[in-house]
Amino acid sequence: MILFPMVRSALQHLSSIVWLLIHTVEEMGDHMMRGRFPFRMSIFFEQTDRSGVGSIPLVALVSFFIGLTMALLTGYQLRPYGQESLVPSLVAIGFTRELGPLMTGIMVAARVGAAYTAELGTMTVTEEVEAIEAMGLGPLRLLVSPRVLAVFILLPCLSVISSAMAMLGGAIISSWAFDIPLQGFADSALDSLIIRDIVAGVLKSFFFGLIIGLVACYKGLTVRGGAAGVGTATTSSVVTAITTVIGFDTLFNIVLVALFDK
Amino acid sequence: MTTDAAPMIELKEVHLSFDDKEILSGVNLSIAPRERLVVLGQSGSGKSTLLRLILGILKPDSGSIQFKGLEVTRMGRRRLNKMRQRIGMVYQYSALISSLNVRDNLALPLEELTTNTRAEIDAMVMQKLELVGMAEARDKMPSELSGGMRKRIGLARGIIMDPELILYDEPSAGLDPVTSTLIDQLIISLSEKIGATSIVVTHEMESAFRIATRMAMLYKSRIIADDTPENFKRSSDPVVAQFISGDTKGPLLEGLPQEIT
Repeated sequence: MILFPMVRSALQHLSSIVWLLIHTVEEMGDHMMRGRFPFRMSIFFEQTDRSGVGSIPLVALVSFFIGLTMALLTGYQLRPYGQESLVPSLVAIGFTRELGPLMTGIMVAARVGAAYTAELGTMTVTEEVEAIEAMGLGPLRLLVSPRVLAVFILLPCLSVISSAMAMLGGAIISSWAFDIPLQGFADSALDSLIIRDIVAGVLKSFFFGLIIGLVACYKGLTVRGGAAGVGTATTSSVVTAITTVIGFDTLFNIVLVALFDK
Repeated sequence: MTTDAAPMIELKEVHLSFDDKEILSGVNLSIAPRERLVVLGQSGSGKSTLLRLILGILKPDSGSIQFKGLEVTRMGRRRLNKMRQRIGMVYQYSALISSLNVRDNLALPLEELTTNTRAEIDAMVMQKLELVGMAEARDKMPSELSGGMRKRIGLARGIIMDPELILYDEPSAGLDPVTSTLIDQLIISLSEKIGATSIVVTHEMESAFRIATRMAMLYKSRIIADDTPENFKRSSDPVVAQFISGDTKGPLLEGLPQEIT
């Protein structure tokens, strides 16, 4: 009984987010029908720079350390059985298919999602969003589309960087702790990877990007109650985006295993 | 009050509630072209809501809102956006886009909605900035401007598309008396220069009488008075009379503890 209002509220939010996507696409379509580009390229490039390029140091550093730790801990567990040589494939498959996209999704939700919500939330509170609507410009096309597209396109790129940096971390620690040469680590990692792992990782990254972008913009545009409202919405945006990304990842893995890994 | 010309805006029996709170209850209002209607009312009486209803940002629970004979309440997104291009809105706190400089704030609707070249857009921006006496602020960011300057830029943005109707939400609230008078004079001169109809929402009485060619008062979700400024001044309605005089004794503060009033 306690769960019912929570489920209802979650479904209401979900349907609102789907409508946000539909209305954004409609507004972009309207603009294209007038012979215009669907969004402002200047805002799109600004957002790709902020959300994509700006996230590289964080994603690279965190992934490097996690890859390093993962290789070190699994290596020590496998050493008594003489199976340290499995470390490269463990790190490669683990990051390419799962941890790379997931960790990147979480980091981008915290860094970029929070920024989107705070920015759009402040614009909502100061009536900037309404002013754009009042001028007949279409606030969703102008504000939401470049942001969602930027994070949608760049999350897979960041995810690839994350996997590569994790493997670099794993390779460095493996050469020091388990005497696996860097070239040997690379060969072993590449041998173990199959195209499905790479495609699955990239594909889910696109969805993570879409989820983060839409949740962040939705939370920003529905802010109520001034500065405190912006703070609450930003926290809620990060929590919702991370939870949704993890939930979606679980579903994606179940479907993938059910369809291909039998 | 009736006018001979076909109305620019006509509201008929407009009802609007938020949750259980009734905001507007059977509001009827007709605004003729080139009129400067000032809508008076206490804070929270639904004056700004009225402007949002005209722009189609809010939908009434029932009733009709017409812009030049077109039913706003039944318009889809595309038609609403087209209509909004013919209306300028000036916000209480200006609502300038904080990430864009003054030039880009004014140029945004022109760049998005017209096929004008950059040089033409720059010329139009400068023309509007000169009209409000803010040409020197062209490259400034909104955060570098004072409240009065921001209001003038907001005014310039409101008229950038040469609208037929300009809506002003508390244009002189929070400004010093001199700047307030300057804004009022700008509103009058803009309406005369570009021939636009104006609806001004305010509770600043001096501004209201300076600007208005007609006045209406919202009280308890209804329009209780709709007349010329001269007749408003002479009104025998206790609510209107108290609002104009600013007296604490009267029906407007009914229900408040004695020691406050």
